[in-house]
Amino acid sequence: MLVFDHVGKTYPNGVKALQAFSTRIRIGEIVAVIGGSGCGKSTLLRAIAGLDPATSGTITLDGETITAPHEKIGIIFQEPRLLPWLSVAGNVAFGLSDGTRVERRERADAALARVGLPDKADAWPRELSGGQAQRVAIARALVPRPEVLLLDEPFSALDAFTRADLQDHLLDLWADTRPTLVLVTHDVDEAVVLADRILVMKPRPGRLFEEVRVDLARPRDRTAAAFEAVKHQVLEALDRSLDRERRRSVDDLLTAGAGI
Amino acid sequence: MVMTLETSTASTVQPAATAPRRAPRWIRPALGLIVPLAVGIGWEIAVARGWSNGRLVPPPSKIYEMLAQLAASGELTQHVLVTSWRVGAGFALGVASGTLLGALCGYSALARQLFDPTLQALRAIPSIAWVPLFILWLGIFEMSKVALIAIGVFFPIYLGVMGAVLGVDRKIVEVGRVFRLSGPAMIRRILLPAVLPSYVVSLRSGLGLGWMFVVAAELMGASEGLGYLLIDGQQLGKPAEILAAIIVFALLGKTTDWLIQLAFAPLLRWQDVFASQGGKA
Repeated sequence: MLVFDHVGKTYPNGVKALQAFSTRIRIGEIVAVIGGSGCGKSTLLRAIAGLDPATSGTITLDGETITAPHEKIGIIFQEPRLLPWLSVAGNVAFGLSDGTRVERRERADAALARVGLPDKADAWPRELSGGQAQRVAIARALVPRPEVLLLDEPFSALDAFTRADLQDHLLDLWADTRPTLVLVTHDVDEAVVLADRILVMKPRPGRLFEEVRVDLARPRDRTAAAFEAVKHQVLEALDRSLDRERRRSVDDLLTAGAGI
Repeated sequence: MVMTLETSTASTVQPAATAPRRAPRWIRPALGLIVPLAVGIGWEIAVARGWSNGRLVPPPSKIYEMLAQLAASGELTQHVLVTSWRVGAGFALGVASGTLLGALCGYSALARQLFDPTLQALRAIPSIAWVPLFILWLGIFEMSKVALIAIGVFFPIYLGVMGAVLGVDRKIVEVGRVFRLSGPAMIRRILLPAVLPSYVVSLRSGLGLGWMFVVAAELMGASEGLGYLLIDGQQLGKPAEILAAIIVFALLGKTTDWLIQLAFAPLLRWQDVFASQGGKA
C-alpha cells in the first residue's frame, strides 16, 4: 500500500507546488495523475521517487517512509535517459547489483526479449528509434522487479501509433508481476486506457481535485461508448479544476453553425 | 505491365548494388601526403638544377643526411630521450594535478569558490614569465624545465575537466540516483564515462602545449635535447640541423597525440558524433 498523508512541497523560493495531498494506492493498482500545468503532478512523482522529497506530510510504502530513492520504486522518465556509453543490454542491467555478470546479462536479455527487442542487446543507444529507446527504458525500470513503477509522461514524445502500441505493451508487461503503477500524463486518452483510477489535480497550489474511477474491462476499446463517457467525465473534471466552462462539444458547434 | 515492372526493379536495384563502392583504406591518408611530398620534391629539383643554392633552406636530401648522421652517432636518440623524458614528466605532473583540481572544482561548489578565482588569475600569466622564478627556485637543470611544462599542461586539463564535470547532464545523474548509486559508484559509472570525451580533448591539447613548452624550456638553456639542437644549429649556421630537429618534433608530437587517441578509442566507440559518420554531412 502506497499512502500519502497531507503531502506538501514548497520550493525554497516560496512557490507552493503541492498542498495537503492525501490518498491511498493499493498494491497492483494503476493510478493516473492528470491536471493542467503547475498542478504539482510531476512534483508528486519526484517526491515518490525520492528525488525531491516532500517538505511536509509523509509518503509511506508498506509502512516505510520514503525520503530517498528506494529499491522497491522504479521510474520511467519522459525521455529514455539511456546512458550512451553502455550497450542496450548494459543499460537494462544498469540497476542490477546482485548476481554475477553473466546472470545480470541473462536477466537483461530476457527483459529485452520481453519488450520486443531481443536483437538489440548489443546495439548502442544512438542506434535506436525513439520508441525503441523508450522500450529499453521500460525494460531497465522493470528488470529489478519494482513494487511501484512511476511513469512521468512516458510516451508524450512519441508519435500516436507508437504511443498506443507502447500503452498496450505496458499493460501486457504490468500483467507479469502486477506492480503498482503511478502515471503522470497530459493525455486523457492515455489515462483512461491505462488507469483503474484517475486523480484530477488543481493548480496553484497543486492539490487533489477529484477522483474518477474507470470500471472498464481490459483490454479497453478506445472507440467504445463507455470509454468516451469516462473520457468526458475526466474532461469535465479537468475543466472544473481550471474554473472554466465545459468547452462546447463538436455537436454544439455544428448546431450553432447550422443556425447561421 | 509485368515486363515494365520487372525492368524498373532491375534498373533500380543494379546501381544500388554497385554505387557504394568504398575507396581503399589507404586512399585517405595518402591524400594528405600529396602536398608535402610535392613541395619537398619540387624543392629538391630546384636545388639540384641550381635554381637555388639551398643554403638557408636545405633540400630534403640534406635534411635526411643530417638526420642519418645524427642517428648514426647516437646523438639523435640521446636528444630524443632527454626531450621525451622532460615532456613525459611535465605532462604527468600537469595531468595529475589538473585532473585532481579540475574534478574537485567541478564536483564541489565550495572547492570551486575557493580555488577557481586564484587558478584563473594564475592562468592569465603567460607561462614563460615564470621561467626566471623557476630557475631561481629550482635551478637551471631539469626541475625548472619540467615545472614549466607541467604549468603549460595543467591549465587545459584543469579547465577541460572542470567544465566537463559541470556539464554532465543532470538527467543522467538522476538515473544514477534512482538506482541508488553510492558516491564512488556515481563517479565511476556516471561521471567518469560522461566526461571522458572532453577529457581526451583536454589531454591532447595539454600534450600539444607540453611539446610547445619543452622547446621554450630547452631554448633557454640546455646542453642536450631537441631544443638544444635548434640552438646549436642556429649558432653554428646549420639550417639542416634545425630542420631535422623540427621534423623530429613534428613526428614525436604527432605520434604521441595519435597514441592518446588510440588508447582511448575503444572507450569512446559509443559516441554519436559527426566523425562516426565518416565526417560526411
